[in-house]
Amino acid sequence: MKKSSDMRTALGRVRGLGAAREGTGHFWAIRLTSIALVPLTFFVVGLLFALNGAGYAEMRSILGNPLVSMMLLATIGASLYHMWLGMQDILLDYAHGEASKYGLLILNTFFCIAIGAICAFSLLKIAFGV
Amino acid sequence: MSAPATRLKPRPLSPHLQIYKPIPTMVMSILHRITGGALYVGTLLVAWWVSAAAGSESYFDWVSGIVGSWFGQLVLFGFSWALMFHLLGGIRHLIWDTGSYMEKHTATKLAIATMIGSIVLTLAVWAAVVAMRSAA
Repeated sequence: MKKSSDMRTALGRVRGLGAAREGTGHFWAIRLTSIALVPLTFFVVGLLFALNGAGYAEMRSILGNPLVSMMLLATIGASLYHMWLGMQDILLDYAHGEASKYGLLILNTFFCIAIGAICAFSLLKIAFGV
Repeated sequence: MSAPATRLKPRPLSPHLQIYKPIPTMVMSILHRITGGALYVGTLLVAWWVSAAAGSESYFDWVSGIVGSWFGQLVLFGFSWALMFHLLGGIRHLIWDTGSYMEKHTATKLAIATMIGSIVLTLAVWAAVVAMRSAA
């Protein structure tokens, strides 16, 4: 079984772990979402200008516009995916203990999904007028 | 057989941030991470505002009052700068991904341009907001 061409260390062989086979996936997803977020950020800034000084009813009619609502949902999706990946990088750099590392990685995922659920539900509630 | 006492000494670490003299690219790099973290926390406020907009008018007016206070506006100003900084920093990284502008002095100029650009953009946005408010 063990060949002399095996490049893994003894510890690596024992653990039976090789490459994670994810390659550049993380890097690529960060870039992909950042490309999407450049125009989406300008859209949101423009939208906030439009909402500046608007009352409750006017603000809800703007947020309930189908195009605005879909753009905001896309922005939230791209932002949360982007920040989930970014926070993963930060945690893997600074959290060294096994328990704190995995605990914080789990919290990161829960946080992003919770924010996404709140924002998506709220926007859809406004858009569907319920 | 117990390990020698010297093994309990912490292993040597490579020099970290505080060892080096700060240079623009390095300051921009850590600020990119800090602004990213700040925006991460800031999504709590976004979720709060959006959910308030989906709620009753009285609750939304109460939230708007907090957002409109000097403290709310200060937080919003900081959030907008972090957003502009992270946005421009991200574009800088996308440019670097193509392999361009990576020479030492060019990268430094790009880093300084990111900082100046983020301040100019933030002030421009707020100048527009103030102009719109005084016109209204």
